[in-house]
Formats: sequence, C-alpha cells, structure tokens
Amino acid sequence: MSTREEMLGRIRAAVAAGAPLAGGCVPLEGDGPDLAVDGVPRRYRRTGDQPPGSPAVLDVLVDRLEDYRATVHRCAAADVARAVRTALGDARSVVVPPGLPDGTVDTAAPDAPEVVVDGRPEPLSAVALDRIDAVVTAARVACAVTGTIVLDGEPDQGRRVITLIPDRHVVVLRAEQVVQTWPETVALLEPTRPLTMISGPSATSDIELSRVEGVHGPRNLQVVIVDPA
Amino acid sequence: MTTFLGVPTRRLAGPDDEDPLRGSRPFPAAAADAVRDPVLRRNLRRATTTIRAKREHVVSEVADWEDLRDTGSAVKADVMARLPELLEQLESAVTARGGVVHWAADAAEANAIVTDLIRRTGADEVIKVKSMATQEIGLNEHLAEQGIAAIETDLAELIVQLAGDKPSHILVPAIHRGRAEIRQIFLERMADVPPALTDEPRVLAMAAREHLRRKFLSAKVAVSGANFAIAETGTLAVVESEGNGRMCLTLPETLITVMGIEKLLPSFGDLEVFLQLLPRSSTGERMNPYTSLWTGVTPGDGPQEFHLVLLDNGRTNALADSLGRTALHCIRCSACLNVCPVYERAGGHAYGSVYPGPIGAVLTPQLTGLTGGHDVNATLPYASTLCGACFDACPVKIDIPSMLVELRGRAVDAGRGGVPDGWAAAMKAASWVMSGERRWSVAETASRAGRLVAGRRGRISRLPFPLSRWTRSRDLPAPPAETFRQWWARTRGDDDAGPDAGNPPIAGTPAPRPAADGGDRP
Ligand code: SF4
Repeated sequence: MSTREEMLGRIRAAVAAGAPLAGGCVPLEGDGPDLAVDGVPRRYRRTGDQPPGSPAVLDVLVDRLEDYRATVHRCAAADVARAVRTALGDARSVVVPPGLPDGTVDTAAPDAPEVVVDGRPEPLSAVALDRIDAVVTAARVACAVTGTIVLDGEPDQGRRVITLIPDRHVVVLRAEQVVQTWPETVALLEPTRPLTMISGPSATSDIELSRVEGVHGPRNLQVVIVDPA
Repeated sequence: MTTFLGVPTRRLAGPDDEDPLRGSRPFPAAAADAVRDPVLRRNLRRATTTIRAKREHVVSEVADWEDLRDTGSAVKADVMARLPELLEQLESAVTARGGVVHWAADAAEANAIVTDLIRRTGADEVIKVKSMATQEIGLNEHLAEQGIAAIETDLAELIVQLAGDKPSHILVPAIHRGRAEIRQIFLERMADVPPALTDEPRVLAMAAREHLRRKFLSAKVAVSGANFAIAETGTLAVVESEGNGRMCLTLPETLITVMGIEKLLPSFGDLEVFLQLLPRSSTGERMNPYTSLWTGVTPGDGPQEFHLVLLDNGRTNALADSLGRTALHCIRCSACLNVCPVYERAGGHAYGSVYPGPIGAVLTPQLTGLTGGHDVNATLPYASTLCGACFDACPVKIDIPSMLVELRGRAVDAGRGGVPDGWAAAMKAASWVMSGERRWSVAETASRAGRLVAGRRGRISRLPFPLSRWTRSRDLPAPPAETFRQWWARTRGDDDAGPDAGNPPIAGTPAPRPAADGGDRP
C-alpha cells in the first residue's frame, strides 16, 4: 500500500473516531465555541456600505496606505503621467509590464528615466532587474479597510518578479478599483492566477517587535490614485 | 556546506535535545531556568506587551470580529470532518495545474522526499521561508546531514540560525533576543557584516537585506510552508512581511512546499474570513505587507516546478479525538502565546517543542502521543494558569483551557497503577494550582472549565504528575497552599505581582467595540 493510501485510510478512521458529539464536540453546556459541523454561520459583513471608488472609500484607503508609510498621489485621468513622474522620484531606470497603458510613463521629457519593457523581447533576469531602480504597474483591485493592493499578473501588471526586485514600486490605481471591505476584494479575484497582495512597503517587526519598513521587497511603495473624471 | 555562513554546526544555546517536538526536561524544570534569566524576561516582557496592545487596537476596530471568529471556527470544524475528501480534492486541483503532490506519514518520510527532490535538481543549497512544518520535522538538520545547506531568509529565523539557537515563538522566533544581542550575533557570525553596524533595528534589517540579496538572486530551489491551502482550487497561500517569502516563491526554478494536512480551507472564498483573522491576531496589523497565492505552475511566471508535500506526523492522533482535534484548527497566529502569563515568564524554549505557548501545550502532546508518566510532554498541560486569555484571543476560538484540563485528566489515567513515591505532593499541588487561581473563578471561560474540573476532581487529585519536579527544583519540602501567582511572586521575589501584571483584560471582558461610526467604516 502506498503512503498515500495508508495516510488517507488513517485519516478516514481518525475522522470517524473523533467525530464531534451532536451539537458540537466540546462536552460543555452553555455558550461554548460554535463547532457545529453542519452549516457554517456567516454573519460577518460581506459587503461594504459605500460603493467602490466613492470618496469615503478612497479616504480610508489613503489613510491606511499612509499608515503603512506608503506615499499616495491623487490625480485626474489627464494627469497620470505627471503623477507617475513625481512618484518615480529620482529613479533613472524603470521597468514596466508589456500591457501597461501607453502614456503612463512619460518618455518624452528630457530628464525622463530609461524605460525597459519586460518581455520585449525577452523576460528580464533577476540580476538585470536588480539594476533597475523602479517599476510601474497597474493593479487588479484594492481594499480600503486593510489598505491592500492586489496584483494578479495580467499584462498591465506583469510577472511577479518585476514588482519584487526593483526598490521602488509605483502602482497606478483607478478609483473604481477600490472597494471597501475585504470580502468584496476576495470576490473579485481569479484564484488560479498568481496573486500578490501588497499592504505597504516590505517590513519586519522581528527585532523587538519594532516595525522597520523596507526589507527584501520594494522599500518604497508609491500609489497613484486616478480620481474619476 | 553546513558552514556556509561561517556558523558552527553545533548550536550554542537553547535546549540540548534534538527532537523538535520533545524537550529533554519537563516544563517546570526548563521554565525555572528561564525565569532566572533577567535579560530573557525583559525581552519577552517588552515584546509581548507591545504586540498585545497592537492586537487589541486592530481587533477592536473590526465591528464583526466575533462573527468572523464564529465562521473561522466552524469552517475549521468542517475541514476536519471532511478532511479525506478535501485532501483528495486539493491533490487533483494541484495536479491539474502542473504541481506534484507527495504524501508523508511522518517526519522521516517528509525529509526523505524533500531531500530527494532537491538532489534531483543538482542543488546543494536551498533558500527557505519560515515554516513551522519544516521546523517540526527538523528539515534543516536533516538536509545538513545530507550535505545540503538550508538558508533561512526570515529575519528572525536568520538571527536564530546565525546564533545556532532555537526559535522560541511561532511568529517572532527571535523574540528572546534583544537588539544588542542581535547586533552581537551579526558581528560575530555574518560573513559580510558592515563594520559600522549599530543596534538600530533599521540598520540590522538592512544588514540582513544585503546579506541575503545574493542568495535570492541565484537560488535554484526554495522550500516553504503554507498558511492556507484551498481544496477547491489547489491554491496555496503564504502570509509574510519582509518580502523574503515572495523571493522564495517567485525566483527559484523549483518550489517545494511542506504543509500539515490540517491547513486546508474548503473554498477560495474562505480567505475572506481567514485573511481578516490572521494578520490582526498575529502581528497586530490590519493586513500583513505581503500575501502570495499560487496555484500549481504558472507558465512564464515563477517556479516552473512545484511540489507539495502533505504531512501527517501525528496529526491523525489529534484528529481521532473529538476534543483534541480542535487543536488542529490552529492557524498559528501566536496570539495565545502573546497573552499567556506563563509564556511571558517561561519563554518558548521551556516547552521543548517548536510549538510553544498555550497551543503548544495542547498540540505537542497530541502530536507525539505520551509514552508514559515520565514523558516530558506530559508536563505541558500544566504550563498554564487556566486564566482563559488564550481562548479569548484565539481567532478560531480554540478552547485551550478546556483541553488542558482534559489532558491533565488523561495524564492521571495514564499513570494509574504505577504512581511513584513522593508524587503525592505533586497531586496536591496540581489541585491547588487549578482551584486557587483567582481569575479562574471569575472568568467566563473558567466557569465552564470549572464544571469540567469539578467533575474530574477525584481523578485530578490523584495526579501522578511531575509537578513534583517543579517543587523539587524550588527546594520546597512540600507544596504550600499558595496559588500559581503567589508561587511566582515568591520564587521570583522581584519586579511584579505575578502573571497577572501587565496583562490585558482577560476572559469575560470582551475587547471594546468601536462606536457605530468608528472602526473600518469610512
Ligand atoms: S491556538 Fe489560536 S491563538 Fe493560538 S496560535 Fe493557534 S490560532 Fe492563534
């Protein structure tokens, strides 16, 4: 018998042997933990009370992002390139995914950074990416209450590695991509895509639990929120 | 290759045992050493106090926190009841997406599978993202024997590995080390340490960044654990802060994930609950900086070879027990450690297991089983004042106090017929520890646990439990009628009134709820 069959057999026997008593597995009266196996209660909030992209939702997102020490830029649709340029700071080289909308990064300005498109013609190696100062991408969705931006690898976001190695990540979010609650966020995701959930720049609290922003991932997170026209 | 960081292969400090789930000494004896170490106590005190405050703050702003806990608890109970079918579902989903699933009955089998997978890539070095499952099976030590260097990339794990130390906390394995000690460890053990290293946490973190950068960029194989696995879709999740997890999950050609069979969630939508519960309970943040999710292999993005090792290693022991199986609901957030007055004094090493604190006290004996009255793990259910703080903090509502009481009762049964002389004192000790705890009688949890104990009192009073070793280690002729707190205050004779001091409100005093306009409503 293979380990697989053996393990599954043992797990089946254990599940049967340890089946909870009717009404829960803790033999106590009163308000014990809800351990009923038939039917999972879902009383928590599953939707927000504010529509995606509404001013209240955007304000919460900005508050959360700034709490994480990300930098937020807000702009009108016509001003994206200018806001991105500000967000890029003194970066001299920028990588972008192949599907980033044209005009997001201004390449015409005399002091514009050098822009490299990942995958044209070849995907960049990790070592090559390590020499690039910044990355600019779009995102799939953002959650206001947790301050989380989710990337799902679509062509306007690119391979996971490009948003990992450069030290500065500029994310361009359209206001309507910002939802209020976490359940609304999860509902918008396609599970089988490679997903990266980002809540602020990389950080550690491993030394005496005091938070230090910026360890292995990008140390600098810049979020450009494009307000509705 | 075991000296890849210029580190002696033998650890310098920490427990002297080699079994990741069993220490060499009973809890009371190991704890007694810890409480005599003022540096350790100060480090633990500072860290747990900080994180308790952060957790309470972010939990109090979630209006539906109790509803989320109810769902989390029920989902996990459902997972345990349907584990065989969910595991098979996970296996076929991962396989359909180009991953390979392996089944490992115990630590030896899991280690052999991982070693073989690494060998086939030709690599003699792997990068690792912190994983309780691989600590539990002693993977790093096993790989070292096989000539494969495993590099821990989590900052705290790196500190522990450089020091030749053992982790003492689920979430912050180096919680027992202060900044000055960490600086010293880096200066002595990090090959490329910057000479001007200070003990500023930022400076120390940047030194770790430089140190690991090269490893990340050249790694061929990574080993990870998983926080969650979605049966429906085959999706795996790793929750982290530093970006080392993303590096490990993205850069290498081959990814090997070792995961306990209990980590399953039935459907992707369950993440809407668990990714709210875990970060707030764990690091006290609204969300952790990075969560990565992947399903099998994505062509052109990330590792092109993915292996998932499903680990039993004693989990079916716990599963076969209607009460004990709830210990498998644990999502390893570590909130119960941070609120535990015993953990705060004793530290993680005293538990002798990679799973310390309240959850370790119930999970470890169930994973290993007890080999008899002399098994050091039989002392773990006594590493508690039964104050109930762990139950209140637990995001999936694991009733640890009730389980501790039950396990104590079983220790009595296991010892029937062969009670050594001199253990009578310990029997008495056990009953006063439990009945004399002030908070115990006032707490909501305690009133429920109290009924259980009362029903078991006859058995508990016959406990042949090695609490005798505790009293012996304190040079007491016989246990006096004092509570755990009094005992603590007396034997410590110092800075505080006992385990209550500095602790958050406990059982029966729910965290304050925000006003209707507060919290996360914009
Ligand atoms: S038992 Fe509960 S509180 Fe403790 S680590 Fe597990 S999930 Fe967290």
